[in-house]
Amino acid sequence: MPLHYYLIFSALLFAVGLAGALTRRNAILVLVGIELMLNAANLNFIAFWRYSPDPNAIQGILFVIFSIAIAAAEAAVGLALIISIYRHYKTTNLEKMDSLKG
Amino acid sequence: MQAAFAIIAALTLVSAIAAMSLRNLVHCALCLAVAFAGLAAMYLQLDAQFVGFAQVLVYIGAVAILVVFAILLTRSGQPVPHSVVSRSWIAGVAIAVLVFCVLTRVILSSSVSQRSLPAKPSPTVREIGNQLMTWYVLPLQVIGLLLTAATIGAVIIAMNERKSAGGDHRVTADQGHGHGHLAAPTGLNEGNATSIASETGSESPAHYPQPEREREVLAK
Repeated sequence: MPLHYYLIFSALLFAVGLAGALTRRNAILVLVGIELMLNAANLNFIAFWRYSPDPNAIQGILFVIFSIAIAAAEAAVGLALIISIYRHYKTTNLEKMDSLKG
Repeated sequence: MQAAFAIIAALTLVSAIAAMSLRNLVHCALCLAVAFAGLAAMYLQLDAQFVGFAQVLVYIGAVAILVVFAILLTRSGQPVPHSVVSRSWIAGVAIAVLVFCVLTRVILSSSVSQRSLPAKPSPTVREIGNQLMTWYVLPLQVIGLLLTAATIGAVIIAMNERKSAGGDHRVTADQGHGHGHLAAPTGLNEGNATSIASETGSESPAHYPQPEREREVLAK
């Protein structure tokens, strides 16, 4: 199976995540869209690693492992920020969060 | 091989689209978990077993559950009366479609993408561990530091208004204003703080005084 199947699937997943992150009103779903985009990038890493001339080099796998760790940290901090903002504004609607102070 | 790829790809895409478009946020979180599972299956199909199981553990086990917790804590589980997409949703979808078209064009015109599958690699977990402990030991430590900082930061961000919510309450009680809705988040904060603190082990309440002081100064 050629490599571009995986790459196009990954591009589709990225586009779905991007569309969600750009259009949804709820801050949590925007974060979910960003997670989907990160996952699409990880899939690209793995696909390129698998189809590389020397698959016994494991840099691709290690890159994805580090990327997963960073994405997990990002999700934790992002959701904590959303909870903190919710406490302030009593909403997670992004269109109502329109001031930086107070 | 082809059939397995088609099934997994269709499942992942449908659940990703559902996660991005359903009205009920809890359903969105469940569809997100299905999409992550599909991606894990895709990793397994690409002979990256370790990454596949890391995906199951981290994304399905932690991130999806964290999203569910956030949805329940912010009480956005019930459907909203107004539209769930923003006013400029046409522009957002157009940008996403444009990005997809550009990516597809580049992928299809590249010579790399026609590469066929090389022989099956054999990266064992032992090899990955060896590499992590020798050549990649510095990035590993940096990641450890980052995760520690992110965990402590998440706990502090999510609970720094716990005392100050009480402080606000006290101030309003002193001034005689009735901010009855401030009482509700206090219990919410406690539940959240304990749930996160139980994840990270013991968290000392030493972080409280500073934000509270800042809050009171700001309040004045």
